[in-house]
Amino acid sequence: MEDKLVIQGIEFKSRLWVGTGKYKDFEETARAIEASGADVVTVAVRRVNITDRKSENLLDFVDPKKYKILPNTAGCYTVEDALRYSRLAREAGVSDMIKLEVIGDEKTLFPDVIGLLEATGILAKEGFIVFPYTNDDPIMAKRLADAGAAAVMPLAAPIGSGLGIRNPYNLKIILETINLPVIVDAGVGTASDVAIAMELGCDAVLLNTAIAGAKDPIAMAEAMKYGVLAGRLAFRAGRIPRKLYATASSPIEGML
Amino acid sequence: MRLNINGETKDNISASTLKELLEELGIIPGRVAVEVNAAIVKRAEYDIFRLKDGDVLEIVNFVGGGSKTVMRNE
Repeated sequence: MEDKLVIQGIEFKSRLWVGTGKYKDFEETARAIEASGADVVTVAVRRVNITDRKSENLLDFVDPKKYKILPNTAGCYTVEDALRYSRLAREAGVSDMIKLEVIGDEKTLFPDVIGLLEATGILAKEGFIVFPYTNDDPIMAKRLADAGAAAVMPLAAPIGSGLGIRNPYNLKIILETINLPVIVDAGVGTASDVAIAMELGCDAVLLNTAIAGAKDPIAMAEAMKYGVLAGRLAFRAGRIPRKLYATASSPIEGML
Repeated sequence: MRLNINGETKDNISASTLKELLEELGIIPGRVAVEVNAAIVKRAEYDIFRLKDGDVLEIVNFVGGGSKTVMRNE
């Protein structure tokens, strides 16, 4: 049976979405993305280096014809900045999609959800396909859905922390609360974390540091690919309920 | 002509349109977005957009960054 992720008419080939930060070089970035099987690749918007024009361009290594480029507003701390970066990203011409970040605090990188909600509403009205990076708060997820988000992206744990799924129950409530795809964004550390997110029923996982920061990023990228696949399959298969006591797997009948 | 581009002052700019400026700087127009005095210029208008002395430009492109990039507003 087909199990494709479709958001606002866009069909996604993989439920693993990856970032492009923290890699040694563009070559390693490209190899890790390839190994991860990801379809969506997030990128940041920054000033062109006008003094050194020989510097390489990320998009020479990550082909927009092969991958869906998802620009983000990483590093934006105000609604105004987030809107400005979003509009510039769209003008740069790869996509109407935006991974919207309005960061509230430098130490935790937790989202400023009040600013996020405002920016989501404005950008959705301007025709953007908005993916807001938010807290694992079901009420805020509902508000973002109402404001026109295309999906919500609750964090598993602080960005880059590798702590894994800290609040599976809230993610479960978000999944039951809103009628939009839920994409876990940030905080996962390894393949089992990704599998847990998918087993909960999340629609996709976005990660960066867990691959880029691993000792062997290419191998971890591949592990993440299987983590997503295994978790999704297990979710669809329907796990057994947890029970306190044993249930024998072998029959009693026929015993001596 | 003097322009401020990405926070740097550039003297002796000979380009008169935005398209000519990008050529002068060796920038491929297809992969960037440009603000002039805080307003985005549509790519289709690069060849007719005339620059004037003192204009402040921001030319941006995509760089590596996922859910970890920390950078204060430049």
